Amino acid sequence: MQRTYPQWRQYLTLFKIRFIAGLQYRAAALAGIMTQFAWGGMTVLLYRAFYLADPAAFPQSFEAMCSYIWIQQAFLAIFMVWGMDPEPFNLIKSGDIAYELCRPVSIYWMWFVKSSAIRLAKAVLRCMPLLIFALLLPEPYRLILPDAGRLLLFAVSVLLALVNIVAFTLLIYISTFYTLDSTGLRSLLSTLAEFLSGGLIPLPFFPDSLQRVLALLPFAGMENTPLQLYNGTLTGSQAAFGIGMQLLWAAVMIGTGVVWMRCALKNVVAQGG
Amino acid sequence: MRLYFHYLSLHIRERMEYKKSFLLNLMGQFLGSFSAFLVIWFMFARFHSVKGFTFSQVLLSFSVVLMAFSLSECFFRGFDTFSTMIGNGEFDRILVRPRNTVFLVICSKLQLDRLSRMLQAAVMLGYALPRCGVEWTLPRIGVLVMMIGCGMAVFCCLFICGATLCFFTIESIEVINIFTDGAREFGAYPFAVYGKGILRLLTFVVPLACFQYWPMMWLIDPESPVFYAFCPIFSLLFIIPVSLLWKLGVKKYCSTGS
Repeated sequence: MQRTYPQWRQYLTLFKIRFIAGLQYRAAALAGIMTQFAWGGMTVLLYRAFYLADPAAFPQSFEAMCSYIWIQQAFLAIFMVWGMDPEPFNLIKSGDIAYELCRPVSIYWMWFVKSSAIRLAKAVLRCMPLLIFALLLPEPYRLILPDAGRLLLFAVSVLLALVNIVAFTLLIYISTFYTLDSTGLRSLLSTLAEFLSGGLIPLPFFPDSLQRVLALLPFAGMENTPLQLYNGTLTGSQAAFGIGMQLLWAAVMIGTGVVWMRCALKNVVAQGG
Repeated sequence: MRLYFHYLSLHIRERMEYKKSFLLNLMGQFLGSFSAFLVIWFMFARFHSVKGFTFSQVLLSFSVVLMAFSLSECFFRGFDTFSTMIGNGEFDRILVRPRNTVFLVICSKLQLDRLSRMLQAAVMLGYALPRCGVEWTLPRIGVLVMMIGCGMAVFCCLFICGATLCFFTIESIEVINIFTDGAREFGAYPFAVYGKGILRLLTFVVPLACFQYWPMMWLIDPESPVFYAFCPIFSLLFIIPVSLLWKLGVKKYCSTGS
């Protein structure tokens, strides 16, 4: 008789396989680290110029800003919405999705686990050298190291951000069932998400009226919330609100995704061949 | 040249087969550079000036860089997928054709989606020109055209440079992105904003500031020396090392065999 494994173990194994595969690309990671370090450095210099122009207008401390930039670069692989695993797109376009349907696992959770594993592996591979570099930089430019409580809060929030981003990208994957070619939609939505999540400038730099709206949208929890928790800009009730919104949107997007995937799969017609 | 237009029309017809995706792509591209514009707008609503540059002056430098970038990208992005060309042996086919290798790689891919970027650059330029405090005389317009033209040449060189690295590594290398996409992002501001060290690097090693900061200084500040206006021409010297590198790469190239 076949032994039945509990469901979660399949997903755990899938996660492990993807994670280990992701750790193999070391040369690419090295090039990526150098790029991100230069990118981060240029961004710090840019904000320094703005800070010198008018320190009073700077909405958060300059040290906090530098930490925002370094953490953002170190964990870029998690935060970049556009860096999506191309496999599901190809599966849907070529029709190989039929094979996936034969597997005794839910496609939604399989893709969910794979995407998270890829993002996490890339981030783990790349973050350490960058973090160490950034910690060694001279004062105001260096990465601040917060106390254990804030680090823990950051860790929780970053994982929630990962869940939010992956749930969002899965919605884009599912839309491919209807459009077949999603390159256009993909570039449109990921640019939008990057802009509204604080990928280009942190949300406090937006005009005040817009900030209030953005705090309620799912995008804030994808990048701005964890980073501002780390550097100590979000504290107390604001921090609780930020994490609450992350939880809420994660539930909403996953719920929508699961239901939508079910509807989409009903309409899939495998044409043989 | 006629051959080039033939390739161009082929690519246009190919793209028009997927109209909806093409349009969405155009919109995505537009949103990408438009959000960069919004960022500058938000920042200037807060800070009003940076290193003495006003909003319109920053827009002038942004539109010059974006225009130069999108022009060169439209035609030269073929080099972006160069690693796959080497990987699947496509480049071997190019080597046996009786034309210039660079020319044929250019023809292999043209990205018309990038037109939206160019459009935005043109709109921003139109906005910034009357507002940046420059009295537009004929020589000044000439310098502006020179800035864009030479900028395009520099970006083309950078694309080729990135592709040349593939000869040695087979894999594509992200590092060159600092100078291509990075220059587009950070070139939104006059390069002096980043401090003296960076400005020197971008003047003498990778001549990005030669077609952006220096001639712009001549445009907005009548006191500055005249040779600033001729800096874009100096940037063309960059073509020499890049073409030598490309020739070296082609010489060293041995097929991957697939």
